[in-house]
Amino acid sequence: MTLWLMAGLLFTPLAWAVLTLLLDFSKGRVVTWLGILVQVLVSLGLWATVASEGGFHYLLGGWQAPLGIELRVDGLAVTFVLLTALVAAACGWHGGLYLDPGKSWHRYFWPLFWFLWAGLNAVWLGGDLFNLYVGLELISLSAVGLVALGGQAEALRAAIRYLLAALLGSLAYLLGVALVYGQTGSLSLAGVATLVSDGAVSSGPVFPLVLMLLGLALKTALFPMHGWLPPAHGIAKSPVSALLSALVVKASFYIAARLWLELGNELGSYVLAQVIGLLGALAVVWGSWQALLQPKLKQVVAYSSVAQIGYLFLLFPLTWGVAGAVSLQAQQGITLQVISHALAKSAMFLAAGNLILSAGSNKVDALAGVSRFLPFSLFSFGLAGLSLMGLPPTGGFAAKWLLLQASLGSGQWWWIVVLLVGGLLSAGYVFRIYRASFVEDSGTDHFYHPPRSLEVIPMILALLALGLGLVSDSVLSVMALPFDEGGAG
Amino acid sequence: MSTGALLPVAALMTSLLASVIIFALPETRSRLRTVINLGAALLKLALVVVMIWGVVQGQAYEVAFTMVPGVEFVLRADALSMLFAGLSALLWLLTTIYAVGYLEDSPNRSRFFGFFSLCVASTMGIALAGNLFTFFLFYEMLTLSTYPLLVHRGTPKALRAGRNYIIYTLAGGAVLLLGIAWLHGLVGDLRFQEGGYFAEMAPALQAPLTIIFVLLIAGLGVKAALVPLHGWLPQAMVAPAPVSALLHAVAVVKAGAFGIIRVVFEVYGLEAAREMGLLAGLAVVAAFTILYGSTRALFQMDLKRRLAFSTISQVSYIVLGLCLAGPVGAAGGLVHLVHQGIMKITLFFCAGNYAETLGVHRIDELDGAGKRMPGTSAAFTLGAFGMIGAPPLAGFITKWTMGSGALAVGMDWVVAVLVASSLLNAAYFLPILHRLWFAGQQAPLPEERRWGRLETSSWLLWPPVLTAVLIILFGLFAGTSYSPLGWVELIVDREVAL
Amino acid sequence: MSSQLLYAFAGVALCGIGLFGYIRLDHLLRKLLAFNLMGSGVFLVMVGLAQRGGEPDPVPQALVLTGIVVAIAATALAVVLIRRYYHLSGRTTLAESGPEPKNTPKPEAHPEGAEV
Repeated sequence: MTLWLMAGLLFTPLAWAVLTLLLDFSKGRVVTWLGILVQVLVSLGLWATVASEGGFHYLLGGWQAPLGIELRVDGLAVTFVLLTALVAAACGWHGGLYLDPGKSWHRYFWPLFWFLWAGLNAVWLGGDLFNLYVGLELISLSAVGLVALGGQAEALRAAIRYLLAALLGSLAYLLGVALVYGQTGSLSLAGVATLVSDGAVSSGPVFPLVLMLLGLALKTALFPMHGWLPPAHGIAKSPVSALLSALVVKASFYIAARLWLELGNELGSYVLAQVIGLLGALAVVWGSWQALLQPKLKQVVAYSSVAQIGYLFLLFPLTWGVAGAVSLQAQQGITLQVISHALAKSAMFLAAGNLILSAGSNKVDALAGVSRFLPFSLFSFGLAGLSLMGLPPTGGFAAKWLLLQASLGSGQWWWIVVLLVGGLLSAGYVFRIYRASFVEDSGTDHFYHPPRSLEVIPMILALLALGLGLVSDSVLSVMALPFDEGGAG
Repeated sequence: MSTGALLPVAALMTSLLASVIIFALPETRSRLRTVINLGAALLKLALVVVMIWGVVQGQAYEVAFTMVPGVEFVLRADALSMLFAGLSALLWLLTTIYAVGYLEDSPNRSRFFGFFSLCVASTMGIALAGNLFTFFLFYEMLTLSTYPLLVHRGTPKALRAGRNYIIYTLAGGAVLLLGIAWLHGLVGDLRFQEGGYFAEMAPALQAPLTIIFVLLIAGLGVKAALVPLHGWLPQAMVAPAPVSALLHAVAVVKAGAFGIIRVVFEVYGLEAAREMGLLAGLAVVAAFTILYGSTRALFQMDLKRRLAFSTISQVSYIVLGLCLAGPVGAAGGLVHLVHQGIMKITLFFCAGNYAETLGVHRIDELDGAGKRMPGTSAAFTLGAFGMIGAPPLAGFITKWTMGSGALAVGMDWVVAVLVASSLLNAAYFLPILHRLWFAGQQAPLPEERRWGRLETSSWLLWPPVLTAVLIILFGLFAGTSYSPLGWVELIVDREVAL
Repeated sequence: MSSQLLYAFAGVALCGIGLFGYIRLDHLLRKLLAFNLMGSGVFLVMVGLAQRGGEPDPVPQALVLTGIVVAIAATALAVVLIRRYYHLSGRTTLAESGPEPKNTPKPEAHPEGAEV
């Protein structure tokens, strides 16, 4: 049963992608919404199965590695599968209502959406270095297509810039994979880890690891390689921006994190870990600073993504050379950060889309008076902002708490400064938007009121981010389930 | 969940649910909104009374679950939480009545009352929090729910004040979080416990515990307006009067003070804090704040700003009382939590009345207002005398208790501070009273509104009159066990005896 | 062994040349060509290292095939985007200012106006 579920998660999106290629926007929308329902149910089913029975391996077609495709389903993977299902469902639903059916090329939103979902699931469930590459490429190409969906020159420029950066990152990763294979003869992540920890391989794979991390960091827009992100996420349509910031950048981070957790302790070094953490810290500061200065609303949110991504890279110094309990806290914190950022950032982009739709302009100053006439979307925006600021009881706060504990426990107290200051800086740009909306412009309502359903979707996501902190213990306990072959988380 | 666990949760949920419902109400359904507001406030008061009854008999109501791995969310009703909870519930009811009258016909009332209810829910959560982690949760929630109230009017001045408020309180929150997280890393998840934990502690822990104490007090001191962290408070007076009354004179600053009480009594323990020399330093800061606030108040011409500085000064009485490290002194400080709340809210209600009915904001415009608005001015007079410490009002009880406590532990300089502060209080309150009652009206009033036979709207008149009566009652009956002082003595017995 | 190393080094050299061009060249089509060169370099490295123990190793060769397919798809996408971009803006680089090339087609008047 679970095997069918897993296969379904990979092949259903592909099938749906082909199906929606043949349909126009409206029919494609109906078919997609049906497919979303199916996917959400399947993801829930898989999550429930793993929660009760534990994780497992699956070899497609029964072929052993390295010839076969290996899927590994542990607690972490299944949590991300469920997260993807929730966020993609929200964005697909929102996109169906938000995008203008009158523009004929919008019908390509659906197949690209489904290809993106297929790629994401492939990355979460993959256990094989090369298939992770394929998943990454599928994601990148779909994402580039989605960005270009806007149609005008600005969107195309952003899409081309994104494509160039993504391709460079993928090639770096691929070269690293090639070199790893050359030195270890294995492509399975677990296999390589075993070989390295057994000492069967000399310290050769350090350079490939660094290369792979570099490529993945470029795709995750780690400072200073973040230049492609603000144009792409800022110019794309709001449902697309939500998908990009919430899920796409997390896929490359996920692979980098898996690599580091399996191989980092042997192959990495203190200097490498601290440098990566430092880049993350700089991303937090630089991104927040830029967010304070942007005149356009979606650019504020895009730079906020740059900043929040910086937090993720604190995983590297906090899991290298530290005690097991501390490393676990860091992993838990980063996982919560990924989930809460995905929920909060997608809520923020969708709400921003609503606000822009109603104010008729994408400038921050045009929001004056919105708080009186369109409080619902503004409230969703604010609630999502709470998670970014790391205020209780959101998931962002739970993540911050765990990372603080990890920093204290590992003696690397300097990250505490980053965590606390970062929260204050994000308060800066969130409240900036809030202030702009509280300014009493005139008493008259000159806003377009979007349909209720468009406003409800970001609220649901924001509430999920808000409540995540309260249930974080149960969420994390599922995540800790490994698969039964003893491979590490 | 047993009924015992249900009560704290229910008390919290009344205002949370009220908040959600009010947000959803259209602007025009003002009667329904008023009904929900008052209904929730009464319900909450009833629940708190039930819990107080139970706690007096020695019961404890508690609910807990693991929120983040390694740390719990705990709600617990004990004697100390009931003190704050009772004060909040009672004053919320009165302020709701006042706010309904004050904001009549103004825009955005659904937004206002929605966030208002959230504030009260946060305050209740702060009162009921059973460990520092839960306390912090509601503490930050309070910051976030007070911001929209502060900037309610949307004027540039209000937005600036709001920005400063956020900067101060979020920065304070970050420092507080650091202290809590560090403490957690050192000694694990500690629930509040009467008598504290560090009575006997390993000497190796002493240095980090001292730093943590400083961090915690600094974080809490922003809301408690300890100098030099008080900068946000005078500017916050730009908010509508009900907001200034409840929040910035009572709920927000008291939340900070309450936090300090919890840390000193139930995390560190009174004895341990004294031995570590922490209380001596805190006493100096508190004393300085008392004198500084009173002195600045002298020079303010705007009525609400003068009251704001008076608040800064008075809240530090509570902190100073704690530092007296003995049961009597601690009782004096704790009871001032209630007394100052009652007195200050009276004064702010009256200030709001003068502003709404007469258009008066400055003190030199108050000439002859006593004749025009006798009820309000009588309440104001009682509040002012209470602040000065005139017997037999509530304020006198506080100062007397604190003075005795200071003498009992040999900190005679505190008595001097109390006397000086009372003199300063007289210096800035008596001229106002003189203008109210004994000066003839010099200039025409800025803007006058009439509300039928009474001097002002009933919604605006009865709350300050009621609280003024309470000032008298709390002072007169302080000796009985039903008064705040009686309750406080119960608390202190449980805290210090251990 | 030495032939393996020779291919690997050639691959790395191609990679380096491609990378240099990728970063330094401004014209979008040239960047694309540089990318393809880099890709070829990586594939060469993979194939070159696929001769472990003297016998050809099928796994990396299969992977290279997959990689070539992916690279074709990516190149196709890039060409489409560049071409469309040129039609809309008349530019062949990502620079946002600077003189437009001489024989530009008139940018199409696009049916939608300002983007939200």
